[in-house]
Amino acid sequence: MSDAGVPVTAHDVDAPIEYTGATRVGGPLLAIRGVEGVGWDEIAAVRLPSGELRHGLVLEVSGDIAIVEVLQGTGGIDPELVSVAFEGRPFDVPVGDGWLGRVWNGMGEPLDGGPPMLAGQRRPVSGAPLNPSQRDVPSNPVFTGISVIDALATLVRGQKLPIFSSAGLPHLELAAQIAAQANVAGENFKVVVAGMGLTHADAAAMREVLESRSASGDLVLVLDSADDPVVQRVLTPRVALTIAEFLAFERGQHVLVVLADVTSYCEAVREVSAARGEIPGRRAYPGYLYSDLASLYERCGRIKGKPGSVTLVPVLTMPGNDITHPVPDLTGYITEGQIVLSANVHATGVYPPIDVLSTLSRLMRKGVGEGRTRGDHMALAAQIIASLARARSARELADLIGAEALTETDRIYLDFEDAFYRDLVNQRPDEVRSMEETFERAWRVVSVLPERELTMMPSASVATNYRGSLRADNAHADVIEHDATSESAEHRG
Amino acid sequence: MTNRADSGRVERVNGPLVEVSGLSGVAALDVIEVGPLRIAAEVVAIHEGRLTAEAFEYTGGLRVGDEATAQGRALSARLGPHLLGGVFDGLLRPLEGGPTWLEPGSLVARPSTRSWPFVPTPLELGAHLESGTLIGTLMSESGVQHRVLVPPDVFGKLTWLSGAREVAESDSVATIDGRDVTLFELWPVRRARPARARLRTDEPLVTGQRVVDLFFPVAQGATAAVPGGFGTGKTMLLQQIVKWADVEVVVFVGCGERGNELADAVADLMALKDPKTGRDLRERTVVIANTSNMPVMARVASVYTGMTVAEYFRDMGYRVVMLADSTSRWAEALREFSSRSGELPAEEGYPASLSSSLAAFYERAARVTTLGGGEGSVTLIGAVSPAGGDMTEPVTSQTVRYVRCLWSLDRDLAYARHYPAVTWRHSFSLDDTLIANWHAAQGRVGWSESRARALALLAEADRLASVVELVGIGALPSRERVVMLSGRLLREGVLQQSAMSENDAYCSPKKQSALLDMVLAVHDRCLALVEGGLPASAIEEIDLTAVIRARDETGPDDDAGVTRLRDEVLARMGTS
Ligand SMILES: Nc1ncnc2c1ncn2[C@@H]1O[C@H](COP(=O)(O)OP(=O)(O)OP(=O)(O)O)[C@@H](O)[C@H]1O
Ligand SMILES: [Mg+2]
Repeated sequence: MSDAGVPVTAHDVDAPIEYTGATRVGGPLLAIRGVEGVGWDEIAAVRLPSGELRHGLVLEVSGDIAIVEVLQGTGGIDPELVSVAFEGRPFDVPVGDGWLGRVWNGMGEPLDGGPPMLAGQRRPVSGAPLNPSQRDVPSNPVFTGISVIDALATLVRGQKLPIFSSAGLPHLELAAQIAAQANVAGENFKVVVAGMGLTHADAAAMREVLESRSASGDLVLVLDSADDPVVQRVLTPRVALTIAEFLAFERGQHVLVVLADVTSYCEAVREVSAARGEIPGRRAYPGYLYSDLASLYERCGRIKGKPGSVTLVPVLTMPGNDITHPVPDLTGYITEGQIVLSANVHATGVYPPIDVLSTLSRLMRKGVGEGRTRGDHMALAAQIIASLARARSARELADLIGAEALTETDRIYLDFEDAFYRDLVNQRPDEVRSMEETFERAWRVVSVLPERELTMMPSASVATNYRGSLRADNAHADVIEHDATSESAEHRG
Repeated sequence: MTNRADSGRVERVNGPLVEVSGLSGVAALDVIEVGPLRIAAEVVAIHEGRLTAEAFEYTGGLRVGDEATAQGRALSARLGPHLLGGVFDGLLRPLEGGPTWLEPGSLVARPSTRSWPFVPTPLELGAHLESGTLIGTLMSESGVQHRVLVPPDVFGKLTWLSGAREVAESDSVATIDGRDVTLFELWPVRRARPARARLRTDEPLVTGQRVVDLFFPVAQGATAAVPGGFGTGKTMLLQQIVKWADVEVVVFVGCGERGNELADAVADLMALKDPKTGRDLRERTVVIANTSNMPVMARVASVYTGMTVAEYFRDMGYRVVMLADSTSRWAEALREFSSRSGELPAEEGYPASLSSSLAAFYERAARVTTLGGGEGSVTLIGAVSPAGGDMTEPVTSQTVRYVRCLWSLDRDLAYARHYPAVTWRHSFSLDDTLIANWHAAQGRVGWSESRARALALLAEADRLASVVELVGIGALPSRERVVMLSGRLLREGVLQQSAMSENDAYCSPKKQSALLDMVLAVHDRCLALVEGGLPASAIEEIDLTAVIRARDETGPDDDAGVTRLRDEVLARMGTS
């Protein structure tokens, strides 16, 4: 019963009672009086005299009044002429394989000129919580083809691992690269990307990078633009996650979901909350932002006895580069680690500009090792991170009291750090590196250090992989501490 | 309001906030059920016959005019022999065997199909029994013997006692004062279970974590809070305590935290054995899981439910530790609801009652003489997740006032991968003197002195570190350079303890003391050497990696191994 040629896609209206006239219009809200049998959080079809159809959600029912939040805003709505029909179901989308290979707007309507998603079984986009006792522990890697991530902060199937960034850094580029390249070594793999509040330029760039994966029918792109109504933005990630859950747990696929930019999403939540007149919490974000974000982020994981998985990579920009801002802070409290981008690394021209010492994949230990990546993976990562920490304190010391005050060993660590960014981290945005290549590079970098410094590595692994000292002059290293068991004598002057 | 109406009508729905009219005979904090799915909701206010309730599940689809019925009691936990080894939601409904997706109304507390072998205590029929009297035990396969007691609100003449037999959930095992006693009882979760007397808390709860046991020990029956920003190690520390605490029963409440983490913790518990009983650790543990995506209002319930379960086992005469990860999520749920019901907010939107709610909650921890005359304790350890890592925010600053121990986690330590990232600067234990006396009584007279020396060394090393940043280590006198070195040995060789290490995840009290004494002995030797004229730079050249590696290279209980290593190191250092 859609008239006036307005495409009704995700929601067909089955002629429930229509109420004409609102007693109040303001912000995104309409108040309708005289309603009966309206349930909380159900959807409403809001019809304008022009025939235009908008969607609304019931925010509150009280006596015979229903408060409806209009997803596209109330602009142009005349309270006397608007009519509202309540549909007796929550906001939902059809599920199926038809989403793949296509581009959709934030509410699941086609953006690519193709047909709307055919109505199949519908699922409420808010999803239901997964019974925690039926979760399976994440224990296998997702390969991103990006050395620094695969080597040091391995993404694990079923994990949620956010990217923390700031304005001006290439986080969208990195997110698109992950979405384009990620794989699980031959098994079924699908990607769902939800853009939230993206500028048209960013959205176009994203579409371009993801084109070939989309063309092969392995990717769903849901794009909410910066100029789309904010209420709609609140639904976008939920649409994406509903599709992902279906593909993972009913189609047995491993699904990666990339959500960018969560900060825009949170701003939308804040704006909607303010319009509802709710009491603001920290930085005017509503007090329930933690639970709201959790209702997205917790939708990843694995289920006992089922083959698929949902892995989540939310991308967010830290306003003012402040990690204590509610968006990164609450995200960090929910996710399983974080990948942090750094303006300082970016300034050196290295891509991806990752601050390795603040980066951590909490589930990495479960996803790597013998039979998954390599037996010495965890030790190698720990060695690199500890060595970078040492390099950083050496650099700080050099800044304070001069480089000449450094010991020779400290100077080798500085060389190690340079080699690390040059040979392991730095990579083209369209370059896919295999795990073999990543390990090969990691060992080349580690081999800049004298062998005696590799105290965290099993000696068998050192014996087969260590390249001999790759740094010409470290034979003069000034030894302060060393591993008594390693063959360190040859390195001493 | 004289006659009781058992069916009312929903008048307003705004998320979990539901208003109901037409139900009388309902008291504040009673539970009502609303709508066709009979969603449970707790009455928080009654005004002119209209009830305001907070629903424990998602209220989508609930309508004005839907039916509401009263349960006739406050939110209560169903306590019984089914708890140990189980995983439950915040309302104590079993999650295992439940649906994969927790749709509203889908999780129900089904009656148990199990039965338990009841063995009665020899008691005279006609005897007068007090609450808390032991009437029998269950010979369960679990490591913890389940004791069947006269419930707290029952006492009087024993007129019937079951013989030894298999007992199902609905079977009674005794009749006391005309009331049937079964293996199960309901207890209102917000009410502390009674005990005869509170006892002094002077015996430590050994956690096997050095920074806790040696420096900021918690007593059995006392309280500790673990504040720390994200990723600083709260969950890991709490999980270590779940595994290694020397108690009989562990209650872990995952309150608004991660599902993956819980799955992992439960899998770990199944894989690990209790070192004392040789049984699966899971058999002594009750897990209450209300993850962050589960209904917010059940989070509030979950901490009280957990506490009630802990008290239930305390009353059987057991030492119990209850861990809540994270209490901040509980406080946020309180805030969320108070703001929805239009309450005037105090600091940062939290209700003014936050402080008293926290105080009342922590006060439920205790070591007691039980009603039955035995001794039991509940030690309460709560993680706190300060917004923005800001320790002055309301939940953290209020919690700190009510706990006996504070284990503050420090972001810089965590980023430097110094785990557990408990900072010695902002942590405390108010029971340290009592616990020192206890150690002395056990023959460890030096415990207190070693601890004091180590804390002083750590503080001095910190102070010197800030000087060194300005002037370089070369400018320090030899003695101070030795202090810097020993500070490092203490941090790396004693305080750091990897939860992932086979040998070091748990450290016995004897090994703890041996490690600390080793570092102090090395410190003394270094001091003697510099006093004897050896330059500090030469001391710094000495290879002391063995001291740092000792924790990892000796078994969890191998204090003799540590002492051997100490002697080797000292011998290598020589004397001046
Ligand atoms: N004792 C420890 N031994 C080894 N690693 C640790 C230890 N404590 C913490 N870690 C490391 O730190 C990570 C984060 O720890 P944890 O999950 O306990 O943090 P948290 O404080 O609970 O964070 P959140 O507030 O986000 O839940 C772990 O995944 C692990 O890598
Ligand atoms: Mg945690």
